[in-house]
Amino acid sequence: MGIWIMAGVTFREAARKKMLWMALIAGGAFLALFGTGLHYQAKDFVSRGMNPIMRREIAFTMLTMGLYAVNLLAVLMTILTSVDTLSGEIASGTIQAIATKPISRWQVLMGKWFGFVAMLTTYLVLMIGGVNVVTYIITGVYARNLASGFLLIWMESLVLLSVTFALATYFSTLTSGIIALGLHGLAFLGGWIEQFGAFTQTQRAVNVGVIASMLMPSESLWRRAAFEMQSPLANAIRISPFSTLSVPSPAMVFYAGIYLLLALGVATRRFTQRDL
Amino acid sequence: MTAATDLAIRTRGLRKVFGGKVAVRSLTLEVARGEVFGFLGPNGAGKSTSVKMLLGLVFPTSGEAQILGHPAGNVRTRAKVGFLPEHFRFYDWLTSIELLKLHGRLYGMSHATLRQRVPALLEMVGLTPHRDKQLKNFSKGMLQRIGLAQALLNEPDLIFLDEPTSGLDPVGRRLVRDIIRAERERGATILLNSHLLGEVEITCDRVAFIKEGEVVETRELHDEREKQTTVSIRAANITSEALNGLSQWSSTVRPEGERLTITISSISLLPEVVRYLVAKGADVYEVTPRRLSLEERFLEIVGTDGGL
Repeated sequence: MGIWIMAGVTFREAARKKMLWMALIAGGAFLALFGTGLHYQAKDFVSRGMNPIMRREIAFTMLTMGLYAVNLLAVLMTILTSVDTLSGEIASGTIQAIATKPISRWQVLMGKWFGFVAMLTTYLVLMIGGVNVVTYIITGVYARNLASGFLLIWMESLVLLSVTFALATYFSTLTSGIIALGLHGLAFLGGWIEQFGAFTQTQRAVNVGVIASMLMPSESLWRRAAFEMQSPLANAIRISPFSTLSVPSPAMVFYAGIYLLLALGVATRRFTQRDL
Repeated sequence: MTAATDLAIRTRGLRKVFGGKVAVRSLTLEVARGEVFGFLGPNGAGKSTSVKMLLGLVFPTSGEAQILGHPAGNVRTRAKVGFLPEHFRFYDWLTSIELLKLHGRLYGMSHATLRQRVPALLEMVGLTPHRDKQLKNFSKGMLQRIGLAQALLNEPDLIFLDEPTSGLDPVGRRLVRDIIRAERERGATILLNSHLLGEVEITCDRVAFIKEGEVVETRELHDEREKQTTVSIRAANITSEALNGLSQWSSTVRPEGERLTITISSISLLPEVVRYLVAKGADVYEVTPRRLSLEERFLEIVGTDGGL
């Protein structure tokens, strides 16, 4: 029971502190910009009499670009909104009145985690859905394997959320945020090194990228999601800037799942054993 | 020795070391159910850390602690415990009512119970006019009041109040005293952490002097010895004969100019003393009895350096 009370208060906090609404307003502005750009391009292509296959490919590329931006926003949203909830409340002493209630500490932690999951899921449904709806209305195209693509981006968000929680049970808010963003940056850079390594057929560079993905699998989940969602042609000829010369395997997705559970385990263990 | 089940708090050699710094050296303590017990000590004496160990917020380095017959930190026992932290902070985007409802639900209380309990508590701490105000608009004193209401939600058997009167004006302090009295009458045990000696003196049955995380001395505040009363008398024309005669009531007689300080074994002797002085021709202007001050004792035990 306590776990759902905590989840409820965490979700309400995001709403009441206007975090969620501000993110959605910014998201709305983003969708408007995306739609406007797409609209003019589509109009131009038709007036130039561009061949429909080419038009479709460009629409897919635009869609992937939009999803890439949403993915980036989701990464920042995940880390920035959740980083203060544990370390901040420990530092201010707010946690003391909660942790002395007849509710286990793991319930406090998991309650907060579920609260953020609810908020981030809402955000991702609206944003990923929004980009697809806008693209579909204007060009008639929407993501291939939308469901698995969504689940992969969702999982990326949950991995980052769990890592941020784990960090926040050890470090201050600022330090946790810096480490979480730094880890994602590492994964991001690793991903590009892997891509170029595959392009230039340098196995050792690919290995560096794989190791970076092991350290933080967030970015590799995005690359798998991009692979799932974009056009089969782009994947086949591998010309899109978001496509993936070296596609993370299902094993990597499985690894990311284990990684998520481990991070959550570390967070719970540390939170139940530390002084508050 | 009291039976373990009659004890609200029982600790044995409780110790906490943060890094290399000893916060609580060795706390051994027994508090009976129904007692109002004061923790007295200078800042940094380990009072708050001790309370946090009893509540399971801080894990002891060694030693043992039990509250209400169960190991400290036991989740189920917490349903019978109330706690006002030293600096009460809470989600400041909640209103008074929302805050109390949330805490009540964390205590496992039903909506029906809370519908009655929450308004009653708001009334008790004088926050009914601010029931729908967000906590971020609260003054320090108002936060202290809502924190106190939060600590009493579940009609606890054991209440920890960590510096409950800090941030309160005299009216607020009076309120805290009245609440402590009412809770004691209900049968609750109260552990009061305070560095305000006067506060402790008025409200507590027993105090422990804490220095460097150790109980230096515990004292009953209402036993016979403590009922000794120091009386300050301002009078002119007291003869030395009269002064000597005072020794039948008081072992210590300290004249300082027009002022005279005596210690009598019971306040009921005071009229007799005054009659005696008047009969001996003294002009009595002022008679002020005061309880033997904890402050003198406190300074004696803790040292004038404040334990720093």
